[in-house]
Amino acid sequence: MNFSLSRATLIAEADFVGIAGERAVCDRRGVLYFPELRLLAVSDLHLEKGSSFARRGALIPPYDTGATLLRLQAVIADYQPRIVVSLGDSFHDGGGAERMHQSFRERLEAMMAGRDWFWVAGNHDPDAPADLPGDTVRELAIGSLVFRHEPSKLRVEGEIAGHLHPCARIVQRGRSVRRRCFAGDGGRMIMPAFGAYTGSLNVLDRAYAGLFRLETLVAYMLGAERIFAISSSMLRPG
Amino acid sequence: MTEQPRLAEQNVAVLLPEPFVKWFAAKGWSPRLHQLELLAKARAGQSALLIAPTGAGKTLAGFLPSLTELAKRPRRKPGGAHRGIHTLYISPLKALAVDIERNLGKPVEEIGLPVTIETRTGDTPSHKRQRQKLAPPDILLTTPEQLALLIASAGARRFFEDLRYVVLDELHSLVTSKRGHLLALGLARLRAFVPELQTIGLSATVAEPDELRRWLVSQASPEAMSELIVVTGGAKPDISILDSEERVPWAGHSARYATPEIYREVKRHKTTLLFVNTRSQAELLFQELWRVNEDTLPIALHHGSLDVAQRRRVEKAMGENALRAIVATSTLDLGIDWGDVDLVVHVGAPKGASRLAQRIGRANHRMDEPSKAILIPANRFEVLECRAALDANYLGAQDTPPLVNGGLDVLAQHVLGCACGAPFHADALFDEVRTAAPYVSLDRPTFDRVIDFVATGGYALRNYERYARIRQTKEGLWRVSNPRVAQQYRLNVGTIIEVPALNVRYVQAGSKGAASRGGRVLGKIEEAFLETLTYGDTFMFAGRVLRFEGIRENECFVSNAPGSDAKVPYYGGGKFPLSTYLAEQVRAMLDDPQRWKKLPEQVADWLRFQAEKSVLPKRDDLLIETFPRGNRHYLVAYPFEGRLAHQTLGMLLTRRLDRAGAKPVGFVATDYALAIWSLADMGWMFKNKKPSLAALFDQDMLGDDLEAWFADSWLLKRTFRNCALISGLIEKRHPGKEKSGRQVTVSTDLIYDVLRSHEPDHILLQATRADAATGLLDVSRLAEMLSRIRGRIVHKDLEQISPLAVPIMLEIGKMPVHGEADETLLMDAATLVEEAMGPEMAD
Repeated sequence: MNFSLSRATLIAEADFVGIAGERAVCDRRGVLYFPELRLLAVSDLHLEKGSSFARRGALIPPYDTGATLLRLQAVIADYQPRIVVSLGDSFHDGGGAERMHQSFRERLEAMMAGRDWFWVAGNHDPDAPADLPGDTVRELAIGSLVFRHEPSKLRVEGEIAGHLHPCARIVQRGRSVRRRCFAGDGGRMIMPAFGAYTGSLNVLDRAYAGLFRLETLVAYMLGAERIFAISSSMLRPG
Repeated sequence: MTEQPRLAEQNVAVLLPEPFVKWFAAKGWSPRLHQLELLAKARAGQSALLIAPTGAGKTLAGFLPSLTELAKRPRRKPGGAHRGIHTLYISPLKALAVDIERNLGKPVEEIGLPVTIETRTGDTPSHKRQRQKLAPPDILLTTPEQLALLIASAGARRFFEDLRYVVLDELHSLVTSKRGHLLALGLARLRAFVPELQTIGLSATVAEPDELRRWLVSQASPEAMSELIVVTGGAKPDISILDSEERVPWAGHSARYATPEIYREVKRHKTTLLFVNTRSQAELLFQELWRVNEDTLPIALHHGSLDVAQRRRVEKAMGENALRAIVATSTLDLGIDWGDVDLVVHVGAPKGASRLAQRIGRANHRMDEPSKAILIPANRFEVLECRAALDANYLGAQDTPPLVNGGLDVLAQHVLGCACGAPFHADALFDEVRTAAPYVSLDRPTFDRVIDFVATGGYALRNYERYARIRQTKEGLWRVSNPRVAQQYRLNVGTIIEVPALNVRYVQAGSKGAASRGGRVLGKIEEAFLETLTYGDTFMFAGRVLRFEGIRENECFVSNAPGSDAKVPYYGGGKFPLSTYLAEQVRAMLDDPQRWKKLPEQVADWLRFQAEKSVLPKRDDLLIETFPRGNRHYLVAYPFEGRLAHQTLGMLLTRRLDRAGAKPVGFVATDYALAIWSLADMGWMFKNKKPSLAALFDQDMLGDDLEAWFADSWLLKRTFRNCALISGLIEKRHPGKEKSGRQVTVSTDLIYDVLRSHEPDHILLQATRADAATGLLDVSRLAEMLSRIRGRIVHKDLEQISPLAVPIMLEIGKMPVHGEADETLLMDAATLVEEAMGPEMAD
């Protein structure tokens, strides 16, 4: 299949969201794609979380990095972005990149080849990942957008952030559904965590207090087939 | 054995040192035959299993070999080297160890023996533990977990080098759990330290004594068994079923109808022990008794969720004979000796003949007097079960559960423990482990995978070599790679995973914002129940139909679901499933009108009506009734295979019925029957073979359907969590030391998902599936049943509910709430009964 054709199909079917005037695709797999910029944003990969635990004696399965990269690979193959922004906590700790299995490193480097790649510094990985290409930045401003790991306390139009691992829960026609989600109010967007071992925190938790205009807050919940945009009045805690 | 055979005094003198003979004489007692027999066998260097009812002097018998040997030992010279532990006593309960210290201390003091006895449990202060290591007592009383810790400490071999005997109390209850697996491995280790070590097992009667005999000794020579001494039953117990003047209820577990009659019995006896099957039943009965307790008799309550101090107060009062009645759950099943109980009342069905015998053994601790017991069936099926149990007790039938193969998660824990103690050689440890009965069929590749798991997680992706917890030296010995590993091991030892009850917190529908995170708490609900739910499932609790929204930390969130069917039943019955043996007895009784004569008239009438309106299943048949009621269609099956198997069957049948287009809505399972209700007419479907009942109940449901259900069941994720904790993959949470926050934990659910998709054959998933199949689902029993009923399904398509179906129909939507009456939840019993039996029978 032709890449551009597949991209066009994807985008045609996708829901667009507006963030400070920029149009973006909220992909159900947990990434944001800005078609005009050909920019893909992904957050909280937490690569090598498994080995980070192993280092401290809990030998949990080492397949999280592989699982996460495989999903990332699929997304990149679909959109063929010119720019990729990894929004911080790309690695679970500072030594993550170093510990990464050679096969994963190769897979990652293959994904990075031929495009601009930005590692935004996160609280788990404040420094540049060892021996990997790409630019490490504290934050990144492109057009009217600002990419940073932790959402700032003050209201910033066009801020794309991660860090909080948002999820949302609704109760509809006798069923309760809890999913990872994008959380946005038109001005700011907080992205879901992408990593295989990452937990999530309900957008109604107090950690999000003051970040959004509640009346325009929408949770873009990740469904199996598509994204579901849910207004804040429908959301349930827990 | 009411007559104690006389032993030649000579024999006694040979076996018993003089101070003991004098002590017996001073007490006006003579040593019992089994005590001397055990002593003689121990003298001859043999290990032995002593099976005896309570009150037979089992404890003293178990310690006589040690005490007589210690009596003859020369005193340690002041300043001389400390001697190691001589005898290790292991009991399943801390309380039992403490109790033994008291009971054993008395004769030791009276005989004037130079013997030190100490306990070592989780409560022992660390300075005392330290001192015990330097100056060990002669007899150490402890628990399986403490043994594991001792083995894992450096210098374990020295600490145990003088060990002569290991006395294992209540062995029958220890061997059936993962604790038993851990203990068997610990014992194998001790035998490696001291090859001539002798074991003495003390047990209540069991179905297969040979299993325990093998368990006690090294299996290095195949099928080796310890010696066996059986003390047969004392006086025949005097057991009766309460022939109530009240109406025996159709369903339910409270036996509230019998409260005045129970109270009358309490008044007529000195001390009554009242056994129930669950904690909520205990609470309820206790309250009911106090409601009618016009003489304010001292009646106490004893169960596991009560505060320890409170339990100790009750135990003390019991010991002082200050109580007239104690309502208790299984916490008092084990052989703790207190007070003069002259009546045991068993409320609810005993669920197993062995359990009944054990509990009745609590009455009258002098084994030559008959124990007196009254069974109080809580409902009509329980009348049948009590009758069957009673017949079984007279027959001496036993039905303790068969032993299962040792868990691989437990083995992993033990392997790490061994390494913490001293470096080991894999070949030697493999041989050693296989001397433990639960691990006798362990194969080398599996063992090597367990070692690999302990070392680096055992993953196909060899990524964790540098984080190995144990490493092989050049000489081929496995040793702990760093001291922190041993420290972590010590914090996580044991196989008991606390499964707390969760608060059920109401989330108001339509609430919003961060402030409304939780509404009020409706009560507590067992995690085990929540395991069976998936998001969106509805169930009844605290007078409402609730929807399960999720679990967050220690809270279960629910929302209101008015107007929906409660889809998932709450199991209010006993925790113990009906034993296979009793189930068979009950089926046989239904099939044999001659035996109904022994039943209360109202129950016999019920069966006669069933025969008239529907049919009574033959002993080996499976009766399935279908009938409409309200706007639902019902299927009721009567396999009598116990709740666990029925629950699994219910899950699988609903999947199949769903595929067949029956639109099943929910199901309920009891120990006796299973009811499924649907929107489509199942009776019509079965008659037209769409599908046929034979196809529906085909054994192939245990293949793909079971797998598919396994895959996304909460049940398996929770089982995986337990295996992950026991095997040491992740750390146990320590109350008070828990670090909160998502950063330091990773959900075992996510680990499960990742592992399942990347390495489905990983050893921990293997252990998880094995556990779930035996413990939680009773798959093997279901399999036996499905094969038994092939070609023997009897279908009755009825116009209306049958008499036999009334009890399970009453269970639908019924839900006991801890310590709270739930009148409002009861279905309209009168209507159902009238429909089934005609107006003359309904009252």
